[in-house]
Amino acid sequence: MNDQHGTELEPTELGSTELGSTRPGYSPIAPISHRSRVTDTDPKAARRAERQVATMFMLSMVFVVLFVIAFIAIDKTTVVYIPVLGVVGASNVALGFTFGVSVFLIGAGAIQWAKKLMPDVEVVQQRHDMVSEKADENEAAANYERGKEESGFARYKIIRRTLIGALALFPIPLIVLLRDLWITPAGESPAELLSTTMWKDGMVIIPDIGYEAGKEGTADELGIRPEDIPVGGLVSALPIEIGLLKAAKPNLIERGKASIILVRMDPSEIRSQQGEGWDYNGILAFSKICTHVGCPIALYERRTHHLLCPCHQSTFDLADSGDVVFGPAARRMPQLPIGINDEGLLVAKAPFADPVGPSFWERDLT
Amino acid sequence: MSNPTVNTNSLGDSETKAGDPIEKIGGATATYVDQRLGSNRFLGRNLGKVFPDHWSFMLGEIALYSFIVVLLTGTYLTLFYNPSMAEVIYDGSYVPLKGVHMSDAYASTLNISFDVRGGLLIRQMHHWAALIFVAAVAVHMFRVFFTGAFRKPREFNWIVGVALTALALGAGFTGYSLPDDLLSGTGLQIIRGILQSIPLVGTWAAFLVFGGEFPGDDIIPRLYSAHILLIPGLILALITVHLMMVWTQKHTQFPGPGRTNDNVVGYPLLPVYMAKAGGFFFVVFGIIALIGGLVTINPIWIFGPYTPDQVTAGTQPDWYIGWLDGALRLMPNWESVIFGFTFSWNVLIPSVIIPGILFTGLALYPFLEAWATGDKREHNLLDRPRNAPVRTGIGVMAIVFYGILWIGGGNDIVATAFDLSINSLSWTLRIMLIIAPPIAFVITKRICLGLQRRDRDKLLHGYESGRVLRLPHGEFIEVHLPLNEKELAVISGKEDLRVLPAPAKADPDGVKNKMYPVQNLRHKLSVFFLGDNIEKPSQAEIDAGQAHAAHGAELEAPLHEYELLDQDPVGHGGVLHHPGMAKTNQEQIDQRQ
Ligand code: HEM
Ligand code: FES
Repeated sequence: MNDQHGTELEPTELGSTELGSTRPGYSPIAPISHRSRVTDTDPKAARRAERQVATMFMLSMVFVVLFVIAFIAIDKTTVVYIPVLGVVGASNVALGFTFGVSVFLIGAGAIQWAKKLMPDVEVVQQRHDMVSEKADENEAAANYERGKEESGFARYKIIRRTLIGALALFPIPLIVLLRDLWITPAGESPAELLSTTMWKDGMVIIPDIGYEAGKEGTADELGIRPEDIPVGGLVSALPIEIGLLKAAKPNLIERGKASIILVRMDPSEIRSQQGEGWDYNGILAFSKICTHVGCPIALYERRTHHLLCPCHQSTFDLADSGDVVFGPAARRMPQLPIGINDEGLLVAKAPFADPVGPSFWERDLT
Repeated sequence: MSNPTVNTNSLGDSETKAGDPIEKIGGATATYVDQRLGSNRFLGRNLGKVFPDHWSFMLGEIALYSFIVVLLTGTYLTLFYNPSMAEVIYDGSYVPLKGVHMSDAYASTLNISFDVRGGLLIRQMHHWAALIFVAAVAVHMFRVFFTGAFRKPREFNWIVGVALTALALGAGFTGYSLPDDLLSGTGLQIIRGILQSIPLVGTWAAFLVFGGEFPGDDIIPRLYSAHILLIPGLILALITVHLMMVWTQKHTQFPGPGRTNDNVVGYPLLPVYMAKAGGFFFVVFGIIALIGGLVTINPIWIFGPYTPDQVTAGTQPDWYIGWLDGALRLMPNWESVIFGFTFSWNVLIPSVIIPGILFTGLALYPFLEAWATGDKREHNLLDRPRNAPVRTGIGVMAIVFYGILWIGGGNDIVATAFDLSINSLSWTLRIMLIIAPPIAFVITKRICLGLQRRDRDKLLHGYESGRVLRLPHGEFIEVHLPLNEKELAVISGKEDLRVLPAPAKADPDGVKNKMYPVQNLRHKLSVFFLGDNIEKPSQAEIDAGQAHAAHGAELEAPLHEYELLDQDPVGHGGVLHHPGMAKTNQEQIDQRQ
C-alpha cells in the first residue's frame, strides 16, 4: 500500500492525474504544481525525520516520569526564585512544566510526522448542493400530506386549537416554579428592604472592623469620638449593632447597605448638605455604597472634597451635598445625619432619608 | 453491501497485513461494531474526507481544544471546590489569611491553590484555557465574518456561533465569580446593580437571582450549577451541532489553483488531517499546561475574601468583560422618573441595551447582507476581505467600537499611565466612541478599494517587478511579469455582484407600486454595499494581460544576468551565452533573421 502511494507522489505525474480515476479510499490529486520534500526524495532525510518523531514521543514519556517525581518530591510550600517569573511555588512550576512539555511533545511529534512523512499532496473532492433531490422532496411532501390526512389535523379544528392552547400554557408551571428562588418573609417587599438600613436615631457609629463578623463590645470601647477623626481624614464606619448579627448572611447584607464613611472638613468649607445641621462640627457621614451600581467607595481627595468610585469613576462632592460632579452615577451619595450622644460618641440622628446603593424601579414611588 | 454475509472488505482484512495481530483484533472489532451499527458505511465515506488547509482555519480548532481542556480541568476542580457561602475560619497553609472569616467557597479555592498538590496548576490551567477559549471564539468569529464564510449555506452555523459566543461569556463570568474573593464579589455587586436597572421586573429579578438581598448566601451555589452543568452542557450541545454542520456542508476554502465553488482541495482526514488536528490538540493542551504552570492568573489570595463594604482599587475584570465595564464608565449619567417609576438609563443602556443590539445585529447580519445584495447563491469559496469592502468596513467599525469601550474599561489605568485627567479622558473616549467607528469604516473601505484596484492592474498588466529598464532609445520602462499560478488563481477568484435595479414608482399602466419604499431601500442598500466595487476584468482581458506581461518578460528575460555574461558562459533557456552573443531573446531573433 505504502509504496504504491509513494509513486503517486511523483510531482511529474500530478498534473496528469484525471479526476475520478482513482482507487477506493483515494481521492484524485489536485491539479496543482507541487514540489517534493527532501524526505520524499532522500531516504536518509526520511529516516532522520522518523527518528525525530520517535524521539519526541519518547521524551514525552520521560517528562511524564519527571512529573510524577516532581509531584512526590517537591514540598507544596517550597518557593523558588526564577528570573522573569519572580518568586513562585516550586511544585506548581515543576508540575506545569513537566506536564506541559510531555503533552506538547505528543502534539509536536504527530505534526512533524504529518508534515515530513505523510503525503503532502492536496487532493480534491466534489461538493454537492445542500438542497435535496426532487424525489426526496416529493416524498417528504407526500408523507406530510398523509400525516395531515390520517391525523385529521386539518379537519378537527377544535382539537387543533385546544392543542395549541395547551402547548402554549405548558411552560407556565416551569416559570411559576421559579418564584420561590426568594422565599419572601411575610410582609417584606424588595423596594422596602432596599430602602431601609440598620441606622436609626441614637445608633452609635463604630469604625469598620475588617472581616470579622460578630465583634462585640460596649459602645464606649468601640465607638468613635469626634476628635478621633482628623480634618481631611476619612474613616470607614458601621452601626454598632452590626456586631449583633452573628451569622454571615445578615451581617454581609447589612454591611452592603449600612456601611458609611466619615469625613471631616473645616465647617466653613461645607457649601451645602442634604439637611440642615446634618454634620457634627464639620464631620459628615455618607453612604459608602456607590449610587451607580453599588461598589463601596473609599477614595477621598481632601483638597477638593471629592469622593471617587474605583469602579467607574463616579465622583461626588462631599462638601456640596454629595452631588455627582462626574461619571455615570445619576444620584448623589445619601447623607446620614449625625451628632453626639451623652457619652460624647458619634451617633446617627435619623435613618438615611434616601435609599442607599443603585437605583431601582420603585425607588421614587414612596 | 447487497450480501450481508460478505465482510471481507472490513477494515484490517487487507491481505498485506493479515499477519499483524493488532490489526487482526482491530479488524475484528470493526466488523463486530459494523454488524451492530453499520459503522463501516460511515467510515468508508468519511475517513477520506478532504479538509482544506489555511492557518486561519485553526482558530476554531483552538476554541474546540481549549474547551476540552476547560472541561477536563473543570471536572478536576469540582472534586475540591466547595460551592458554599457558609462562614468558615481559614486554617490552611497560606499564612497571611490564617484565622480570617471567609466563605467556604473562598477557603476551598485557597485550599486548591496551596494545599492540593497540582491544584494551583489545574486552577490556573482552567482559567487560562477559558481565556484562550473566549479569545479563540472571538477571533474565529472575525475570521468567519471577514471571509464571508457565514453566507449561504452556512447561516445557521453563524447563528449557532453567535449563541456560542454569548454562552462563552456567560461561562467565563459565572466561573470568575465562584472563588468568592473580593474582586469577583465586586463583579457580582455590579451585576446586582445592572439587574435592578431593568424596568418593571428588575428589582424582583435581582431578589430572585440572589435569593433576597445582596449578597445573601444563595448566589454561589446557583452560579455553580449554571457554571458546571447548564452552560457547559449547552456549549457542548451547540458545538456538536456546529461541527456536524461543518461536516455535512464541508469546509469552505480560499480561492486558489484548482479550487472551485464545487470542490474541496486539501488533505484527507486519515491520516494527514487527523495527525495534524490531533497533534494540534496536544500542542494547545501542552501550551495551556505550560502557561498554567508558569504564569500566575487571578491570584485570589491577594484580593482577600468578599465583603460588600471593602474595596480594591485599580483592579480589572477578565478581558472579555472589560468592554461592558467600559460602556458603564463612558455612559453619561442619565436617569428619569416617569410616573414615579425610575428608569436608570445610565446603567440600562450600556449593560443591557447595547449588548442586546450588538448580539442581535451579529445574529442577523448574514440575512441583512444577503437581502441587501440580493445574493442567493451558495458560497463555498471564501471572500478575500478586500473584495467585500463594506462588510470589511462594518467589521472594522465594530472592532473599533469594541476597542474604545475596552480602553474605557481601563480608563483609570490609562489616565494614570499617561498622566491625563480621568475627566478629559472620558470625554475624549465618549466622543471617539461616536465618531471613530464611522471614520474607521471609511478608511477601511478605501483601503479595500485601493487593493481591489491593484489586483485589477495585476490581472491586466502582470505585477510590477520593480526592475526598471532603459531601452536602447533611452526610454525607461518598468518590467511587468505575469502572475504565478497561485496569485493568478487567488486574485481572479473574486466574484462580482451587481447592484439591484432601482424600482419603478408605478408600472407602465400607472398602477402604483405598493412595495416601492421597501424595494427602494433595498436598492439603496445594494448601492451602499456594491456601488463602488472595482470590477474584475473579463477572462479574455486577463488572458491577454498575462500573455502580454509574459511576452515582455520573455523579451528581456536574460538581461538580469547581463553582468555575469561577460565573465562566464551562462546557461539560459538551453542556450549558452558568450560575450558577443545575443543577450536577449529579442536580440537572438534579430540576429537569426
Ligand atoms: C465554542 C466555540 C466554537 C468552537 C469550538 C468552534 C469550532 C469550529 C470549528 C473546529 C470549525 C471548523 C474549522 C474553522 O473554520 O475554524 C468551525 C467552523 C465554523 N464556525 Fe465555529 N466554533 C466556535 C464558535 C463560533 C462562533 C462564535 C462563530 C460565529 C459567530 C462560529 C461560526 C462558524 C462557522 C460559520 C463555521 C463554518 C466555517 C467554514 O466552513 O468556513 N463558530 N467552528
Ligand atoms: S459603581 Fe461607582 S461608579 Fe459605578
